[in-house]
Amino acid sequence: MKPRDDRAWLLVLPVFAVVLFSAVLPLMTVVNYSVQDSFGNNQFFWNGMGWFRELLDPTSELGGRFLAALGRNLVFSAVILAIEVPLGILVALCMPRGGWQLAVTMVVMALPLLVPWNVVGTIWQVFARADIGLFGAAVNGLGIDYNYAGNATAAWFTVIVMDVWHWTSLVALLCYAGLRAIPDAYYQAARIDGAGRWAVFRNIELPKLKRVLVIGVLLRFIDSFMIYTEPFVVTGGGPGNSTTFLSIDLVKLALGQFDLGKAAAMSLVYNLMTLLVCWVFFTAMTQLDAAREPTP
Amino acid sequence: MPDFSWMAWTWQTAAFFALLAATLAGMTALALLRPEAPRRGILRFPTTRGDRLFVSLLGAAVIHVLWIGLGGEGVWPALGASVLFGAAMFRYA
Repeated sequence: MKPRDDRAWLLVLPVFAVVLFSAVLPLMTVVNYSVQDSFGNNQFFWNGMGWFRELLDPTSELGGRFLAALGRNLVFSAVILAIEVPLGILVALCMPRGGWQLAVTMVVMALPLLVPWNVVGTIWQVFARADIGLFGAAVNGLGIDYNYAGNATAAWFTVIVMDVWHWTSLVALLCYAGLRAIPDAYYQAARIDGAGRWAVFRNIELPKLKRVLVIGVLLRFIDSFMIYTEPFVVTGGGPGNSTTFLSIDLVKLALGQFDLGKAAAMSLVYNLMTLLVCWVFFTAMTQLDAAREPTP
Repeated sequence: MPDFSWMAWTWQTAAFFALLAATLAGMTALALLRPEAPRRGILRFPTTRGDRLFVSLLGAAVIHVLWIGLGGEGVWPALGASVLFGAAMFRYA
């Protein structure tokens, strides 16, 4: 391979200056907080790795709480991915191929994506209410006891359905774009070979969707792993701690209890996990691209 | 001189970030003076020096978290392991 000339990267320096103020300085402050303790009044005391030790020890109060929130968050991400990805593919396969029907479908599907997070939360908070909400009252009318404010299962159900409502369209639109990019020749060849619908999906469509699916899974995983606003508006992390995901717990710790040191240590470990997953997906994505277009 | 006391600096964290900044500056200078070709190693995909540095730093953070999580005493063993890991990445990745 020929040597790369990376000098063009220097052109991103102005952006770096902006990011310095919006991200780098705050992140440095978080690192500084994570090794110190404060009793307010901007006075700090050295605590070394103390907060990290406590955070990573599951038997401590902080560690147990962190592990529980992490577990809940991973279950949440796994569940929404297990629903949104197959559902998104299915929706994409069912979408019209052209004409006004396609335009209407696209607009309707894009609607949830355009609604701000806190508005999505408010919509579902009202929609799912057992007394006045259309959805909640209807479910209770069927004789099923459903109250997201008092029952952990109902709270989880609400938060998951809300996320599926909000984000399945994203996966579906990505997959639709991926499906449209498959040349007709593949389908013709399949017809000549007498391939059934499942064989076409399994051997042509799914492999061709690999790249958009990696992007979709990455976006949905990271987004759901950092989810805050929607569950916060609907359940506030409750009932009890049952829907307290990592971000919600972090905000409680930092702004509710004002434990800056503990919260800083938690955000750094949290950030490391996000960074790791991003790196793995990013590498997988760029390698898939490279495999597709081999450079001489 | 703007007041940065709100950032709650300690000399340890300042040294850490200074070292990080120096590394990035050094790597930038190296990239300008000695352009390189990506090469394929044990990670089985082409990596540049920058990729190898990133993997080393990410790995160092993971090693420290694991060390503390497993109840290791002090941070020096974790730092030593991170340096070894980084060296291995630069040599073989």
